[in-house]
Amino acid sequence: MVSKLAGTQNPLGRRGFLKLGAALTGGLALGAKPGHAEPQTASPPADAPWSQSIGPGVVDRPYGRPADTEAGVIRRNVPWLTAGTESSISFSPLQDLHGIITPNGLFFERHHAGRPDIDPDRHRLMIHGLVERPLVLTMKDIVRFPSVSRIHFIECPANGGMEWRAAQVNSLQFNHGMISCAEWTGVRLSTLLEEVGVKKEAQWAMVEGADGAHMNRSLPLNKCLDDCLVVYAQNGEALRPEQGYPLRLVVPGWEGNVNIKWLRRIKLGDKPWYTREETSKYTDLMPDGTSRGFTWLIDAKSVITFPCPEKPLDGPGQYEIRGLAWTGNGKVKRVDVSTDGGVNWQSARLHEPVLSKALTKFTMPWRWDGQPALLESRVIDETGYVQPTITQLRKERGSNSVYHNNSIQTWQVKPDGSVFDVQLA
Amino acid sequence: MFSSRKRPLLLSVGLVVAAVTFASAAEPGHYGYGKKATPEQIAGWDIDARGDDGAGLPPGKGTVERGSEVFVDQCAVCHGTFGEGEGRFPKLVGGAGTLTNDRPELTVGSHWPFAPTLWDYINRAMPMPAPHTLSADDVYALTAYILNLNDTVPGEFVADRDSLPKVKMPNRDGFIWKDPRPDTISKPCMSACSNPADIKIISTAEGKDLTPRTTGPLDTMQPK
Repeated sequence: MVSKLAGTQNPLGRRGFLKLGAALTGGLALGAKPGHAEPQTASPPADAPWSQSIGPGVVDRPYGRPADTEAGVIRRNVPWLTAGTESSISFSPLQDLHGIITPNGLFFERHHAGRPDIDPDRHRLMIHGLVERPLVLTMKDIVRFPSVSRIHFIECPANGGMEWRAAQVNSLQFNHGMISCAEWTGVRLSTLLEEVGVKKEAQWAMVEGADGAHMNRSLPLNKCLDDCLVVYAQNGEALRPEQGYPLRLVVPGWEGNVNIKWLRRIKLGDKPWYTREETSKYTDLMPDGTSRGFTWLIDAKSVITFPCPEKPLDGPGQYEIRGLAWTGNGKVKRVDVSTDGGVNWQSARLHEPVLSKALTKFTMPWRWDGQPALLESRVIDETGYVQPTITQLRKERGSNSVYHNNSIQTWQVKPDGSVFDVQLA
Repeated sequence: MFSSRKRPLLLSVGLVVAAVTFASAAEPGHYGYGKKATPEQIAGWDIDARGDDGAGLPPGKGTVERGSEVFVDQCAVCHGTFGEGEGRFPKLVGGAGTLTNDRPELTVGSHWPFAPTLWDYINRAMPMPAPHTLSADDVYALTAYILNLNDTVPGEFVADRDSLPKVKMPNRDGFIWKDPRPDTISKPCMSACSNPADIKIISTAEGKDLTPRTTGPLDTMQPK
């Protein structure tokens, strides 16, 4: 594993690895024991110290954690972006992730009033309004219902929002890390709504969290009955508190903020509620001064995750360009990759599984000649929708709409292998 | 999971079972889990007030003057005494006519379409350190004060469940509630899609010093 990482994605070599180790023990002091003395002879041919000793036994770490040398792989925030961290966002380190599933501790966070710590025994879900049998459900009740597991991404519509005016932030994590993907387990919302009995006048649902923001959004009833899930598990274990423990809504393919965390109430009504979070926030300001509301759908988007500013190239030679693609419209159909700023494109290989409203991995072999390059990826989803350029989006929407920037990312590769976030004419 | 030979049979059995299950599950109370929500339980949590018509607004009322007092106590530390905003906390006032500007100011006065939404949001989410602790009267008073700061209502305005839905917010008609996307159409050209000489970098993040650290411990950059 280490040699694979060192050889491809993290071309630090042994010297870099040692520097990293020194930085981690010196800078972080995460409880790692002081390392063994470096052997006089390199390994190989010598055995490494860990090959000549016995390690800690089972349940040394009853709940496992990443290797100490991975301590820099963490969610990060942009301090200048928000007034404080309680109503803010953190970004997943996509540059260090492999595959389509986001580890639970690295799933991006968006809180509106901080992360509540909820006692599951005291948590309740109330379903009322235009229903036949208003209900209060305990967590035990909810887990008893027929269960389903589905893999879906969740993306904040502000992902890429710092780039509407210009290339600003030189980072994959900070420009694209407001997306994560997990296997969610819970009960279909349609099952719960059938259990309470939907009155025929009902057209909308108001979904609300138990956090201090009492975060709430309106959803059309047909989406609720289509594919929404009320989930209590994430990648096989209970939801993390940051992700809504003990209960959250998953609204596949729709913007993150409607996937209400810490879900405590669902009320059916005949009209939308026009809450603060769907009027003054999460609406898209157009150049003519009008705002688009109820823009729930996450349009198709893709990004190259290697190389990227955090993972530069280590000299000319053979590489595998890697990336992720997704669409709220269903499945990814095709991803094309360009190394010359969009003059010529080649279709990348899509890796199974290609799931609806989930991250899809793509790769393309590339022999880098050491010359400057402009790397781009472009996804086409199963509806035929083609990921636009930032120029196309600006022409339609100006640059004040904050949300739903799903434009093609351009990475500039310089002859020394360094990578920069740029935008093209 | 299944061999392909057996799959059609299993699938059709599955469909029949699914159909039967669905038919019975469609009856409310099929599972019988949970307890009927009592009127008292519903009353405690049923806090929403609908934006466009104010449905759900409770009894009570508040004046602009009372609102100014509550605002100083509860809100001014973040939003400024007159709603001008402290630091990066939201401005509540101003921005009229800026929505088409290069740097628009989105505030209650310039952007919010519905006055009852303001009552609902203050009630459910403010003040930030102690949300949902203000009385209905004080929330009405704050709503009146903030609307008055924006010149949306006169100084003698009294906010209540009847008056708030009648307030015409300046930007009430500024929203399009039907998503017009997809709003871009492209053909996925594969080769010689543009003239290589026309490919120009128009902006770069290089050297902008806006990027927090992406290695080591969390960044401690101060707000810029």
